[in-house]
Amino acid sequence: MNCMRCGFCLPACPTFRETGAEAESPRGRIALMKAVHDGVMAPADGFIEQMDHCLGCRACETACPADVKYGRLLEQARDAIEDAPGTRGLRARVLRRAIFRGVFPHPRRMRLLGGALKLYQRSGLARLARGSGAMRLLPSHLAEMERILPEAAGDGVAARIGPRLAARGGEPVAKVGLFRGCIMDILFTDTNVHTAELLAEAGFEVVIPDAQVCCGALHAHGGDMAAARDLARRNIRAFREAGVDYIVSNAGGCGALLVEYDHLLKDDPGLAEDAAWFAERVVDVAELLRRGRPLAFASPEPVRVTYQDSCHLRNVMKSSGAPRALIAGVDGVEFCEMAEADRCCGSAGIYNITQPEMSGAILAHKMEHANATGADVILTSNPGCLLQMKLGIERHGDPSRTKAAHVVDFLYERIKKA
Amino acid sequence: MLSESVKRELAAIVGPEHIKDDETTRVAHSYDATPMLQALPDAVVYPSCTDEVSRIMKVLSRHKIPVVSRGSGTNLAGGTVPVAGGVVMVMHRMNRILEMDLENLTAVVQPGLITRDFMAEVERHGLFYPPDPSSMAISTIGGNIAEGSGGLRGLKYGTTKDYVIGLEAVLASGEIIRTGGKLMKDVAGYDLTKLLVGSEGTLAIITEATLKLIPPPETKRTMLAMFRSLDDAARTVSKIIEARIIPATLEFMDNPTIRVVDGFAKLGLPHDMEAILLIEQDGDPAAVARDIERIADICRTERADRVEVAATPEEGQRLMTARRSALTALARLRPTTILEDATVPRSKIADMVREIGRIAAKYNVHIATFGHAGDGNLHPTATTDARDRDEIERVEAAFEEIFEAAIRLGGTITGEHGVGIVKAPFLEWKVGPAGIAVMRGIKQAFDPDNLLNPGKMFAKAARRRVVVQRG
Repeated sequence: MNCMRCGFCLPACPTFRETGAEAESPRGRIALMKAVHDGVMAPADGFIEQMDHCLGCRACETACPADVKYGRLLEQARDAIEDAPGTRGLRARVLRRAIFRGVFPHPRRMRLLGGALKLYQRSGLARLARGSGAMRLLPSHLAEMERILPEAAGDGVAARIGPRLAARGGEPVAKVGLFRGCIMDILFTDTNVHTAELLAEAGFEVVIPDAQVCCGALHAHGGDMAAARDLARRNIRAFREAGVDYIVSNAGGCGALLVEYDHLLKDDPGLAEDAAWFAERVVDVAELLRRGRPLAFASPEPVRVTYQDSCHLRNVMKSSGAPRALIAGVDGVEFCEMAEADRCCGSAGIYNITQPEMSGAILAHKMEHANATGADVILTSNPGCLLQMKLGIERHGDPSRTKAAHVVDFLYERIKKA
Repeated sequence: MLSESVKRELAAIVGPEHIKDDETTRVAHSYDATPMLQALPDAVVYPSCTDEVSRIMKVLSRHKIPVVSRGSGTNLAGGTVPVAGGVVMVMHRMNRILEMDLENLTAVVQPGLITRDFMAEVERHGLFYPPDPSSMAISTIGGNIAEGSGGLRGLKYGTTKDYVIGLEAVLASGEIIRTGGKLMKDVAGYDLTKLLVGSEGTLAIITEATLKLIPPPETKRTMLAMFRSLDDAARTVSKIIEARIIPATLEFMDNPTIRVVDGFAKLGLPHDMEAILLIEQDGDPAAVARDIERIADICRTERADRVEVAATPEEGQRLMTARRSALTALARLRPTTILEDATVPRSKIADMVREIGRIAAKYNVHIATFGHAGDGNLHPTATTDARDRDEIERVEAAFEEIFEAAIRLGGTITGEHGVGIVKAPFLEWKVGPAGIAVMRGIKQAFDPDNLLNPGKMFAKAARRRVVVQRG
């Protein structure tokens, strides 16, 4: 642990910027972890609260000259908290277990959930729930989220386009395995379809291994490392069997964990080689598109666009130029960089559900910068960020004027066929 | 721990949400950037204005509770570690620019303002605030003033001390004093402004500062000179100044430093050079071009292996960024990094670098040296591991000898990091017993109950060594 308390991480940390409190900074959180480790402090409420307040955006890692692996320290701390008895209420534990272990890792159950959600949304039940004021029974931020959820699906990308898409326009550049995600595939099925289509246009052969499961990010970030490892093993096997050159992700949050599968399974000697094989093939869709045959995009009308970095894509997968280059290369698009685009939007996995106040404060500041660009469309590379931007537009912007979209969907709608 | 009644009194002044004594907050304020030093305060308070600071001090002085004022805690000598417990007073809420006076070229600011934010604002008005400590992205003006912070531009432009022309400060008793003002000349009474700069929070709590601003230089150019011999590089520094050229920046990095900084900043710096000089000159374009040309000539005459002038401002920026992160990039080598700032007259740089090398070898410890060679301020940096007690002891012994060498060469134990607690045992070597006595007298006059940052500046006993007289 090389932290020398120089404080360079403080200006990069969104929660420090919101509160000005040392304990809400990476330097502070590391000091707390050390205090608990040294027995100076009990791992009780104040400590747990701080570990919960951290967004896990890892902007501090990018700012730290001493190469402190803050993300790993946070994971270990949360793992220890979850393992310790009595740190979470029984109801919370049961609920988390039911969803994290009982639903997310099982694609068929996810699709059932998707189907049920779609039924709720389409059948007028949703309208009834909102109109009758039943939504008021939920905490306001959950009610808001319900309003902005896109339409769910019970089928998923593989059902729509099949398990394989041939490369178009000549010899395949490479063979790519599409990581479809869990929430991604029921709430953003179209984005998955568009991802596959764009890659095929760029000359890639796209396969969708059926045995893949949830990436495990929510589990790892929530302190359930055992479940995360289990999911990792299953994913590694699925993609290894498919024999792909790349594993493409369109969700920064997932990609960040996939690219660290080798670290996740470092204590699993039997799987170390496969995990390394997997990790070095993980790539974000924007990066991959730039390695394929060049595609041309044009917007039917002039449009002003801005981009919100996905923290995990930027700080963990170290990718920020590729999405911007693709967006700026669309004819008719005026790309306007927003101030502090590299700062977290406050979505952070399920943080916007578990820490609504801090998330809301961060989002308010984010929307100030977004609105200042005057953009018609805010683009993102991650479903969480996308939902958060939609929420931000609802709360602080003008939904009739401004839209939020995934980079892939935006590009797909503007592709110029040869 | 703070008694309930004192806590209530303080809560009545700042509001209950701005006085904290929970364990998390106390742990978070038990350290600064000084390695291997930590002590828990009893409470942390966040005042929002001078009046609150004054009222807080009245309460604390009545109850004889010590106070440590703090900006961002990036101090390297233990100056903001609450070694005697008490209350840490965090100045971050007082972070505004109160006034920018474009007629008088001054700014009035609050202590909790981040230095770089201030510099950016000054630049937006077409002016220049030169003192640029490497911590400026997070350190505060108040912290810079308390420590008398330097920076890379110290050689040509001076340091924080040269830009503070007025202060408002709260004494231990709670009384508020104002010193100086928007005046270029003021000799009314003793110069309390200059006394408070660098007083490390031991004489008063700074609540407002009037800073001098200057017109910005028109242009700037950066160059690099690489040397196969450490002595050649060190001698070059002296030769440049002898030639009556004062560059804006004249920075020095030795080989271990070069390797680590390049690993972090990826600049393609050659790893086989013994020393690199990073030189910047700013001002009128013709003068800058001429100076850079002359400096390059001197470097070549003194056997520089390669001389490179940055082609664009961006390239120049990148070079300077690498130098600014030298300290923390060195932290990648080993778990613990101890940095000192022994300073000597410029003409003695080569001798000092040789001494550091000799001493490091003698104690078998790893010391990398970089620093503001143009003003004689070097940063010998030991990379070690706090868990290795034996090595730590050797490192400490090495630094003691380095301080002695610096004083022997006519220098000082600290050029810009301050005395704090880490260098207090050596202060007498520099100022002598009479100097210590007079300084203690001044401390007594300001703070008779020793409430302001106790345990700093003056050690219980000076280190037992021969006090060297300057010959």
